[in-house]
Amino acid sequence: MEKNKTAALREQILRASGVNPKKCMRCGKCSGTCPAYDEMEYHPHQFVYMVETGNIEPLLHSESVYKCLSCFACVERCPRGVEPAKLIEALCAAVTRPQGANHMTPDDIPALLDEDLPQQAIVSALRKYMK
Amino acid sequence: MQRIGVFVCWCGSNIAATVDVHAVAEAAKLEPGVVFSTDYQYMCSQAGQNMIIDAVKEHKLTGLVICSCSPRMHEATFRKTAANAGINPYMVEIANIREQCSWVHKDMPTGTEKAIILAKAAIAKVHLNTPLTPGESKVTKRALVIGGGIAGIQTALDIADAGYPVDIVEKEPTIGGKMAQLDKTFPTLDCAACILTPKMVDAAQNENIRIISYAKVEEVGGFVGNFHVKIRKKARFVNEDVCTGCGLCTEKCPQKKVPNAFNLNMDNHRAIYIPFAQAVPKVAVIDPDYCNMLKNGKCGVCAKVCTAGAIDYKQEDQIIEEDYGAIVAATGYNPISVEKFDEFAYSQSKDVITSLEFERLTNAAGPTAGKLLRPSDGEHPHTIVFVQCVGSRCASCAGKGKEYCSKICCMYTAKHAMLVRDKYPDTEVYVFYIDVRTPGKNFDEFYRRAVEEYGVHYIKGMVGKVTPENGKLKVQASDLLADRQLHIDADLVVLAAAIEPDKSARPLATMLTASMDTNDFFTEAHPKLRPVESPTAGIFLSGACQGPKDIPETVSQASAAAAKVIGLLSKNTLKGNPCVAQSDELMCNGCSSCANVCPYGAITYVNKEFRMPDRTTKVRRVASVNPAVCQGCGACTVACPSGAMDLNGFKNNQIMAEVDAICK
Amino acid sequence: MKFSYFPGCTLKTKAKQLDVYARKCAEVLGITLEEIPAWQCCGGVFNASRDEIASKLSAVRALSAARDAGQPLVSVCSACHNVIKQTNAAMQDDGEFASHVNHYLTQPGQGQAEPYYGETEVYHYLELLRDVVGFDKVKAAVKHPLTGKKIGAYYGCLLLRPSGVMAMDDPENPQILEDFIRAIGGEPVIYAMRNECCGGYMTLEDKALAAKKSTAVLDNASVNGADLLVTACPLCKYNLDKNGKNDLPVVYFTELLAEALGIKE
Repeated sequence: MEKNKTAALREQILRASGVNPKKCMRCGKCSGTCPAYDEMEYHPHQFVYMVETGNIEPLLHSESVYKCLSCFACVERCPRGVEPAKLIEALCAAVTRPQGANHMTPDDIPALLDEDLPQQAIVSALRKYMK
Repeated sequence: MQRIGVFVCWCGSNIAATVDVHAVAEAAKLEPGVVFSTDYQYMCSQAGQNMIIDAVKEHKLTGLVICSCSPRMHEATFRKTAANAGINPYMVEIANIREQCSWVHKDMPTGTEKAIILAKAAIAKVHLNTPLTPGESKVTKRALVIGGGIAGIQTALDIADAGYPVDIVEKEPTIGGKMAQLDKTFPTLDCAACILTPKMVDAAQNENIRIISYAKVEEVGGFVGNFHVKIRKKARFVNEDVCTGCGLCTEKCPQKKVPNAFNLNMDNHRAIYIPFAQAVPKVAVIDPDYCNMLKNGKCGVCAKVCTAGAIDYKQEDQIIEEDYGAIVAATGYNPISVEKFDEFAYSQSKDVITSLEFERLTNAAGPTAGKLLRPSDGEHPHTIVFVQCVGSRCASCAGKGKEYCSKICCMYTAKHAMLVRDKYPDTEVYVFYIDVRTPGKNFDEFYRRAVEEYGVHYIKGMVGKVTPENGKLKVQASDLLADRQLHIDADLVVLAAAIEPDKSARPLATMLTASMDTNDFFTEAHPKLRPVESPTAGIFLSGACQGPKDIPETVSQASAAAAKVIGLLSKNTLKGNPCVAQSDELMCNGCSSCANVCPYGAITYVNKEFRMPDRTTKVRRVASVNPAVCQGCGACTVACPSGAMDLNGFKNNQIMAEVDAICK
Repeated sequence: MKFSYFPGCTLKTKAKQLDVYARKCAEVLGITLEEIPAWQCCGGVFNASRDEIASKLSAVRALSAARDAGQPLVSVCSACHNVIKQTNAAMQDDGEFASHVNHYLTQPGQGQAEPYYGETEVYHYLELLRDVVGFDKVKAAVKHPLTGKKIGAYYGCLLLRPSGVMAMDDPENPQILEDFIRAIGGEPVIYAMRNECCGGYMTLEDKALAAKKSTAVLDNASVNGADLLVTACPLCKYNLDKNGKNDLPVVYFTELLAEALGIKE
């Protein structure tokens, strides 16, 4: 990605998430507490650092943006108030917003259904992964 | 008419870069009464001061205006210069054209314009200055040290060695403080008790030191050199002068379930107890919340077994009143409560402990006689995880953590880790750190020894969750350098809790009118140049009450505070500040408004006979200011409805003249 | 006392017990729940992006309807409560966001609605029991105490976090569900995973992850002696029941409340 585009995307992500990655003191508590750590290629502290340094491209192509459980444990326990989950969410939105980039669509759902599945599971999945 | 000299300082480029100093000097020349005006690179230097003295002589100056830095910085310097030149020091006015002008403005025209206005105001004021002479007050040659930890003990010993009497007021039944609870001390690993208890004994035996234990300061009045303090000594229900400290009562008392605070409640003592074997004073104390005799009159065992007859169930709190010349705050610190950080499961498992609890667990006089055993089952732990920065450097955890670095944790954790590996080589030790901060003599070498010689696993990362399960503590943490999440089954987790000032410090600061920062640490008079003095005259700071400190630093500061106290007590009299309030008795209507606002209690009312114009006499009630107590704050001058109250050196007409000069 | 009530999509379908018993128990405890007319699904997850407007409109509609009715807003489902409470906070604190939302805010039958700035007080049903009814009153109303039942409270993430906004309880050492369990006569079992995520949101995206996380919660609860778990979240319940490799039963807290109050059929 060209330099200007990256810078613009970085700005957009910071504005949408309200996160200031400069507050991070690199303690790693977010990644120490993250329940989805092992499923991620890039981990919460790396999201923060990579966005801070503008190294956003690899994140956009990684499955990691879909693995956040939205459990907010990292937000709650960060000693500096960095809120990594909000950053990951903003990145996920940036990935799925372009035309045809939805990670999940209603067409995918029927195959995943079972008789007990609560509606909540479907609406939240579509809200997380589709624009 | 005054003959005024104006001296404009460049302060190198501090002022001269944004203020046209020459233009200021030239503008001042045009003001009435100014007979000499000049500028110079460093007015506070020897050459600058000589220039002032020469000008006074040559031009017969009666008043000086120095356009320079803040009066807080160099007013005293230039007053001395004036005195050396033979004029009254209070004929000097400072126009602050640095902090309030050159440092806050960016461009030369604005800076210069403002500097000229400030100079004009000072010139207008100096026209109305009158020579003032400070009063004198006697110094009470006795010091009070509040807090009997290593800081308070060292300060008291040093003051006593200089020949002045000192009282130590300690809230616990014994002096010794936190250091008495520690096992070994870094970086030399000598045992805390071995180096502390001799000092405690020295303090007890020093004829200049009086230890008032189990006591707290209740009221402080007066001012530097002349404090009057009320101390409440709590009833310990044991006669201190009679008790021999034999300890028989502490073995016979039937009430065995009293949490032992000295061991951080990890075991129990009796309702009558001596905190630890080397306590000073070594005198028993009864906990009235647990003593059956005091609660319902049924028992009396301790009185029966005491051969000295020291037990006194009717003992009451005692009030001690004493005068002091100087007061030292040495109130120390405490670890914060870690229950709010329960992702580490402190409140869920006995095997998650704080570092101070760890000290007791490894101390030969502790609840396990120095054997490192898990509190839950008394088993030897084979895997120990230390977590650093619990509540320290925590900017987002309002109400539970601290934004500052607690400073001592990196070193004591290295110590703990090293000692475990030394004594129990079969134990794996992990330390999770954000940064290892070990500045200090032989400190980094010490930490490296823990890693290189003792094989402690230092991991850059943080623990995110501790889950007690099946007698193990499942630790989930990040290893940032390996880029993985670790899962360790630990037997013991030790939390390096942030430290905070003792809770007694805030009310004490209010009594002392000493300032504190937002974290409740005492503020020093100057962060670099006056680190052991409070901005309030006569109040000194020793140890961790001023900021997190380890033992070497605490002792250094304690001795420094003592030196300052000795300097004060060695004076027979103190020159007061002549800029105090003064009441014009003829105008005073006796309304008490001034006395009501005075924060120092410096104003009293007297009945005085006045001769009336018709030659009769009349008794009127008028305000009278005690110049030794008045601090010159000026609150009374504003409160006085009849304009009778005025502040020397800052008289109403002087202030108005300054305002007029600025507005002109 | 009267409250506006937001049931949410799942409570009308797969989680009827959560809804039905919540209403019945409220009646017994002297609380009137007035269902908001024509409410819409909250979306199930709060999108933290400040530029996400449309996905927050249904929550704002519910909030402004409660405001117009002059009543606090109550929900039972953890997810609905989380979405509504976080949206409410954003409407209070983020002026730019609020003004964007208000441009799109309509109410059924009245078109453009009165602008909303977070005026409504938001309760979770548990907070209602604690702060309005009082657990002592709940205890007094219990007819069949669950004596001897060892019950693990499962908070999950949605009830507690972010704690600055949710402000229900201490996020690391919560008590509200334990106090509830005591009030209905049970014995709460404290276990560390009670405030960890079960991975419910992953159930369609990564079933293995959802299974791993829910199993860890269940294992930790049963190892610490729990006979059953209570939850307020239909997704958690589904995930723990269906994906978790542990047979520990999971029930809605309202079911146990109804049982204790003697009104469960």
